[in-house]
Amino acid sequence: MLLAQLTDACGGPGHEEQVRNLLRPEVTPLADEIRTDAMGNLIAVRKGPKGNPHVMLAAHMDEVCLMVTSIEKNGMLRFRPVGGIDPRVLVAKSVAVGSKQIAGVIGAKPIHQQQASERERPMPVDQLYIDLGCTSRDDAGRLVNIGDYAYFTTKYEQLNGQLSKGKAFDDRAGCSMLLDLLRRDHNVAISAAFTVQEEVGLRGAATAAYDIQPDLAVALEATAAADTPGAPDHKHATTLGGGPCLTFMDRSVIPNPKLVRRLQTLAQQHGIPFQMRRNTAGGTDAGSISLSRTGVPSAVLALPCRYIHSPVSLLSRADYHHAVELMSAFLHSLAESEVDSL
Amino acid sequence: MKETLRTLVESFGPSGHESEIMDLIEDMIKEYVDDTYCDSIGNLIAVKKGTSGGKRIMFAAHADEIGVVVTHIDDNGFLRFASVGGLSPFTLPGNRVRFADGTIGVIGREKGDFKDITLDKLFIDIGVADKDEAAAAVQVGDFGIMHQECIDLGRRMTAKSMDDRIGCVVLIETIKKVQDTPHDLFFVFTAQEEVGIRGARTSAFAIEPDLGIAIDVTLTGDTPEAPRMEVSLGSGAAIKIKDSSLITHPKVKALMTRLAEAGDIAYQYEVLERGGTDAGAIHLSRTGVPSGTISIPCRYVHSVSEMVDKNDVQACIDLVAAICGDDLKELQ
Repeated sequence: MLLAQLTDACGGPGHEEQVRNLLRPEVTPLADEIRTDAMGNLIAVRKGPKGNPHVMLAAHMDEVCLMVTSIEKNGMLRFRPVGGIDPRVLVAKSVAVGSKQIAGVIGAKPIHQQQASERERPMPVDQLYIDLGCTSRDDAGRLVNIGDYAYFTTKYEQLNGQLSKGKAFDDRAGCSMLLDLLRRDHNVAISAAFTVQEEVGLRGAATAAYDIQPDLAVALEATAAADTPGAPDHKHATTLGGGPCLTFMDRSVIPNPKLVRRLQTLAQQHGIPFQMRRNTAGGTDAGSISLSRTGVPSAVLALPCRYIHSPVSLLSRADYHHAVELMSAFLHSLAESEVDSL
Repeated sequence: MKETLRTLVESFGPSGHESEIMDLIEDMIKEYVDDTYCDSIGNLIAVKKGTSGGKRIMFAAHADEIGVVVTHIDDNGFLRFASVGGLSPFTLPGNRVRFADGTIGVIGREKGDFKDITLDKLFIDIGVADKDEAAAAVQVGDFGIMHQECIDLGRRMTAKSMDDRIGCVVLIETIKKVQDTPHDLFFVFTAQEEVGIRGARTSAFAIEPDLGIAIDVTLTGDTPEAPRMEVSLGSGAAIKIKDSSLITHPKVKALMTRLAEAGDIAYQYEVLERGGTDAGAIHLSRTGVPSGTISIPCRYVHSVSEMVDKNDVQACIDLVAAICGDDLKELQ
């Protein structure tokens, strides 16, 4: 399954080539044109009838990861997160470093040696290190370099037949959905943008949208599900299994209200479950696309995803299926719409 | 001016949901301009064509206002919410909220020390008994605004959303006042300023102006034990020198100063340490646009009782009108 390959692949911001190389051969037979731009965005164009809207669908290829910032005399690597990672999830995780995927583990002072006060708060990133089993700076320097990315090593698995487990569903799930949508015929002009550098500031989508000049756009995303024990109901941003999520506002965008209403109505008409994303944190590619040139009406469709931005996240196969069905219904509806009706 | 302001501040227009306020403004101005239109993000653009050979001037005042958006409805019908733009939780308990359909709610808070208040400890009570009754009136994702009437205090006025409906009033009164000019004038009532200066960005790209002027409120340093700031109510239009989003172009500062001096318009210079306006987006559009901001001094910004001085508002109208009719020699 391609989602498994996609989530197992490594692609930190600015270094998305593994993911792009997986996608390109899949997308090529489905597209009328395909190109990779200067930033590294993979853009596949499906032509459609004139007069109907030209829609941009965006899913980002990059994932959060760690960057090696220095090598200590004893061969241990210091690092910083690239994109938002909670330092509490890092201790004792396996990682693979650099293009050669050198195996390492994230180490920290063991509990026996910690002061009582140190045990009360999470270990900050600058007290953690990556241990490659090297004994000197020269030893480690032969394997890795400053600036190399380190990735979590979680492999794709199914849990209980219902859920998928993987390290980078944010946003390889979006990439996979976008590919599934291209496999269907919607008789509408689609520019599919597999974007770069979303996790460091919605960057690839900005240049892709400037290039594509769409009439409207939807970002396909994965978003945090906080439906976990101990969280009060009103802090459940989204619920796993509750259907794909529609955004009314996040840090980067207030989606076009007419587009959101259209998606809600289509979901209701087709009996597809959906939920509103019930908080306003985070940003998506829709933020930079919506502000491109003279502005692009934009929306976000996201899969609820537990433990997002950590070494392991979970998504529901049913939510995935419903998201693809809803987007497909949306694309069919565009094929029957005039540009001006938006 | 007073009734225009009252109409605008008491209307509904949280960021991203500005159609009601834009329709109101369009009705007020369309007989005075050559064209009005709304763009895809929701900006209202009014065009007054120049006689010939002039510049393209973009004036921007944002029509959106800070507000709330519903994130959850509990079993007892209480609403949880997030802020739309910069709302301080300390100013909220006891205030009233209004939704687009007129539903009113009161903001309450969970137990705990007042100094520990955060937005997620607050809720909105719309006077219903349970979730079903609440859901009949309000949905998750509905946007609301603060509810407060506009009061004329004589010399000064106080209302919610002076930020930046008073800037809209300045543009509306300028549109009514301005006579023939060589310049193409674009009066933009922008959307989504409060959530990241968004509408000004896309409208500036479309308009490609030669000069950009934002009209917005600024803070003052003239209240008891106020943070130090050399702007006060009643001392005239504030010509912005800088804020976090913009350093006013020296030529634009010179232009505005010359016109204020020549027209005997009361003015003061403004250095705002934190905050930004639409000019922040306009001046970085495409290859860059010489830009500045004319500020209306305002106390209690982002509360439900923002206060401005009528003479300052008049000075801003006079200064904007003077720019419209000038030969703009600083920009030659």
